[in-house]
Amino acid sequence: MTAGAAPVVGATRLTGTRAASRRTWVDRIMRSVAALAAMLCVIPLAAVLIYVTINGLAALDLDLLTKPTRALGIGGGAAGAILGSIQMVALATLIAIPFGVLAGVYVNEFSSSRSARGIRFAADVLVGVPSILVGVFVFTFLVLPFKQYNAFAGSVALAVIMVPVIMRTTEEILKLVPGALREASLALGIPTWRTVLSVVVRTGLPGILTGIMLAVARAAGETAPLLFTALGSRLVNVGDFTKPMDALPLFIYVNARQPVELQNEQAWGAAFLLLLFVLVVNVLVRARTAGRRAQ
Amino acid sequence: MREPDPMATELRPEPAVDSPSPGRDGPPVGASDGVGPSPVGTRPLTSAPPAAALAAESMSGRIETADLNVFYGTFRAIRDVSLTVQPHSITAIIGPSGCGKSTFLRTLNRMHELTQGTRVEGSIRLDGEDIYAPSVDPVALRRVVGMVFQRPNPFPTMSIYDNVVAGIRLTGRHKHAELDEIVERSLRRAALWDEVKDKLRSAGTSLSGGQQQRLCIARALAVDPEVILMDEPASALDPVATLRIEELMAELRSNYTIVIVTHNMQQASRISDHTAFFTMGEDRAGYLVEMDETIQIFTNPKQQLTEDYVSGRFG
Repeated sequence: MTAGAAPVVGATRLTGTRAASRRTWVDRIMRSVAALAAMLCVIPLAAVLIYVTINGLAALDLDLLTKPTRALGIGGGAAGAILGSIQMVALATLIAIPFGVLAGVYVNEFSSSRSARGIRFAADVLVGVPSILVGVFVFTFLVLPFKQYNAFAGSVALAVIMVPVIMRTTEEILKLVPGALREASLALGIPTWRTVLSVVVRTGLPGILTGIMLAVARAAGETAPLLFTALGSRLVNVGDFTKPMDALPLFIYVNARQPVELQNEQAWGAAFLLLLFVLVVNVLVRARTAGRRAQ
Repeated sequence: MREPDPMATELRPEPAVDSPSPGRDGPPVGASDGVGPSPVGTRPLTSAPPAAALAAESMSGRIETADLNVFYGTFRAIRDVSLTVQPHSITAIIGPSGCGKSTFLRTLNRMHELTQGTRVEGSIRLDGEDIYAPSVDPVALRRVVGMVFQRPNPFPTMSIYDNVVAGIRLTGRHKHAELDEIVERSLRRAALWDEVKDKLRSAGTSLSGGQQQRLCIARALAVDPEVILMDEPASALDPVATLRIEELMAELRSNYTIVIVTHNMQQASRISDHTAFFTMGEDRAGYLVEMDETIQIFTNPKQQLTEDYVSGRFG
């Protein structure tokens, strides 16, 4: 006989036992713990957003946006880093789009289900590879042979990060394109390649663009792949991909570590710019997908 | 009637890289049946040189199947179907669900090959030419044997205009000046012109279901096929839209060979000249019970099974 089963005074067969009331309490406590855990998860994100915004806005001025980097604590700005990020991410996107989109098209439209599984698995592993390994990997064949850190290697490293993201979103989107459209096209005597290009990919294009935007946001924030490749630079490098180039994450990494207050402030400003870019891209993506769902 | 000359060159198969058709197309083989090198000059389905294709004449669209068997992997979906579809007429295929009507229809323009693991035995001849011969390009075949599906499936990214000319633009046979004319002619033939002539640039998907289906018919007509396969083209439509599709088919009969799969026996009896009745055997393989003039099938069938079906006793 357990205590919980003992009859309570005035009990009917419908009133709760002691076990039942204990269950109610345990339920309340566990609910509170779970809610607390959920809040604790949001706190770091909120703290980062607020902290970076406050410190970053304070450091943000025209100098930061327009002036090149200067030596220790005598002013200057992040123009080189901003331009560098734009250039390297742009080139990386140009490299990654054909590989990512074509790979996604291949997996969804042409490959057997077994090789599709293999490729998908490889892409998922690639997404999970620590990004510094990507940097070291590119370092061995685009930096070492030339004995020169260069922005092209940085772009390639970023592209390696982007490809699996673009591939997976492309594949997921093309999966949603109704088979009836493929049939309609092929039944008109349209060749397979043209069907895939002008009907299937064309129909999935908004979703593919969304995937590309997410990949761009991801690449823009990457630091580790650039450490071994583009290295960073005090000079404003426009267009010379054979030389080192600065980037916003590298700028933050370098300046945040200096014992000079002005440089720390500049790092905050750069962090804010980066955060703003990633946030804007994500919000745009949300708006696009929400708009599509509403239709 | 359409004159064969311009079509013949247009219907030439794409270069090999352009048409990775699933599975079947091997290298062009000259003499496939050992009798003699005769594929030249019969019809533009083969990879024959254009000059030879120009010799094509009296295209009519007669389809003959002989001992046709279709397999999905090891499962036999259709057993020993031999029938003839008369040119410039409407042939209806009726039968209970799962008897292989749609599968049969899709073998007529090799659309079944999109499903992995399908296999065909026996032969299908279009005006005497074996459409499963190694030299036949399925892409070219489908330009001659078009198809309309159960659910209207206009391309969602394209306007009404672009939908109609999709088959022409995307096959690279693109003469700008002619497109307007083709759009009007196709939409008129599909009895849709008057309803859409003022909004050709709006999305094809903005039309009603019945209009969308007629748009799909216009799209199929625009590539100038000889045979049109229709897989329950009205089953997703309301009675008024259904009637319009049936009227349209009656008009198209004089210029095209039409094969229609339908669940609706009244529809088959209203519109078709010939009716083929399929059913399913013990092994779940579909087979042809009887084919005859429609009036015979519905009033005086030779087979008891047919009579049971058309009088509503089963199926």
